[in-house]
Amino acid sequence: MNNESIRRQIAGRAIPIRGDEIDTDRIIPARYLRTVTFDDLGTHVFEDDRAGGDHPFDDTNYKGASILVANANFGCGSSREHAPQALMRWGIDAFVGESFAEIFFSNCIALGLPCLTAAPEDVTKLQSAVEADPTQDVTCDVAAKEIRFGGTVIAGQIEDGLQQQFVDGSWDALGQLLVDREAIATTADGLPYLKY
Amino acid sequence: MSKNLFEKVWANHTVRELPSGQSQLFVGLHLVHEVTSPQAFQMLRERGLKVLHPERTYATVDHIVPTDVRERPFLDELAEEMMVAIERNTAEFELPLYGMDDRRQGVVHVIGPELGLTQPGMTIACGDSHTSTHGAFGAIAFGIGTSQVRDVLASQCLALARPKVRRVEVDGKLNEGVYAKDVILTIINRLGVNGGVGFAYEFAGSAIEEMDMEARMTVCNMSIEGGARCGYINPDQTTYEYLQGRVHAPKDAVFDEAVAWWNSMRSEADSTFDDEVTLDAASIKPTVTWGINPGQSCAIDEHLPAADGAGTAEAMDFMGFESDQPIAGTKVDVAFIGSCTNSRISDLREAARVAEGRKVTSGVRALVVPGSHEVRDQARSEGLDEIFKAAGFDWREPGCSMCLAMNPDKLQGRELCASSSNRNFKGRQGSPTGRTLLMSPAMVAAAAVTGEVTDVRSILN
Ligand code: SF4
Repeated sequence: MNNESIRRQIAGRAIPIRGDEIDTDRIIPARYLRTVTFDDLGTHVFEDDRAGGDHPFDDTNYKGASILVANANFGCGSSREHAPQALMRWGIDAFVGESFAEIFFSNCIALGLPCLTAAPEDVTKLQSAVEADPTQDVTCDVAAKEIRFGGTVIAGQIEDGLQQQFVDGSWDALGQLLVDREAIATTADGLPYLKY
Repeated sequence: MSKNLFEKVWANHTVRELPSGQSQLFVGLHLVHEVTSPQAFQMLRERGLKVLHPERTYATVDHIVPTDVRERPFLDELAEEMMVAIERNTAEFELPLYGMDDRRQGVVHVIGPELGLTQPGMTIACGDSHTSTHGAFGAIAFGIGTSQVRDVLASQCLALARPKVRRVEVDGKLNEGVYAKDVILTIINRLGVNGGVGFAYEFAGSAIEEMDMEARMTVCNMSIEGGARCGYINPDQTTYEYLQGRVHAPKDAVFDEAVAWWNSMRSEADSTFDDEVTLDAASIKPTVTWGINPGQSCAIDEHLPAADGAGTAEAMDFMGFESDQPIAGTKVDVAFIGSCTNSRISDLREAARVAEGRKVTSGVRALVVPGSHEVRDQARSEGLDEIFKAAGFDWREPGCSMCLAMNPDKLQGRELCASSSNRNFKGRQGSPTGRTLLMSPAMVAAAAVTGEVTDVRSILN
């Protein structure tokens, strides 16, 4: 664990992506999964949606934004980690949304990207505020479980244990999973089917 | 307290509670494919780690493989690079790989059960969201991302928050021409694509118990489209009969021992659930999606809803449909029978029943992609390939194909496809503007031979 892993708060500009059920096929179309690395995904984020014009990711006002503000069930569909990887490589460091699809959420945790949920009306308020003034500073405060922007504070939710991992920088699960190899062996011993 | 299957499997596989509040869960079977694994192997290399349980890990190739010309190197250089990567990674980490020419190759969720790898009471993980398919055997099966693939390779474990369990009971008898696909599409429609978030689904009730294993797999396959983390069905005699004699299934006396353990893992009669819903099987009709998520569906004899909500309006705009138009009669350009939802032998038999003695409408491109070598060979031995070919379908080699179009099989432009796959998201079938209508394989065959969305019951009768 090092200081670089600590995610107490993410401050910067925000980018709103309106709409429920934004699926991972839209975040990164399947044709970009034909790769053995994640390196070049950042440029293809929302590519097909962007072809329709008028997309926040093409709006220069949002250039450099690091907090994505979404509505309900963001990241549903395919389990591809390519989706959060692409967003991360574009520059997103944290998410605020009404709700997140579960595999997307776990993928984000694995990458050290906090996802805070907030009440629908608060999310809408934040989206509108950012649309009105894309340059304003937004702070996604994981440690305080709140999102602050232009004098407004809204409550953000994240489970205590996960919050702690971001705050102390221990979100990389693999380290934790390898701590107790004895216990892994004991569990395996108790499973009859491993001997079939 | 009487426990349900989910609680028992979770308890048996919990290694310890993690500081994050998640559980460290042992994974009994890890399935690997070419798309979500290369970066995971690279992460192992960077950290100097080995695969902890290579004997619990099996790899195959399915997503990118061409279904027509199978020669190497592939025409698509990127696909070739991925193929080389999985060959190199499985060789280096000493894992079995069922490659393109192996008789055991196929879509990962088709071959796991076929080979008897998938068994009741297990935890299963795979870097693919439709891992829920394996729940049909009473396994708890999770789709995971690439960093988690790395975790399982290195530690045979996952860090997971425990979901709640909802029992979805489907009672009564399904009508003729109504299939497992219609059941799960109806469940998703009623509970919503978001309805399962935070839940594992236990599918139960007489209609589910009546289903064969392949139908059960279709139901569990699409748990994820309903938002659930996984879905499962309690193992029973049907499950055990399916497993008996399969390559990796236990043999002889060990099989009997296994059956006793599998039975002990079943949900007890008085076990409780966090939520319960009930559906009447007789009320389910052939179902077709009309929108851009799998919950936007209606029965074949219904009309599209009014485009009032934002989601509905966006879907209709994308699909080029209007409020209140009937779904039946919608012209199709492409018919696709395949995918881990519906590419098994029973699916092909039902589709062939419809195709037999009929012709694919001129101008419609129709293809059948069996889920595995075994399904392909079985279909051939029953003459199903000949029926399809005579009707004008393209008969292909096994793979994921046009389910997500990572191989050369793609929709062109705004083509509209009747598809037996599981997702109708914008761009899912390879063209950003391509359109997908999800339905049962028999309904896809019906659409192919009539050129439009058609009630398969009118053909079968
Ligand atoms: S058939 Fe489709 S859903 Fe199934 S594993 Fe392949 S791409 Fe995924």
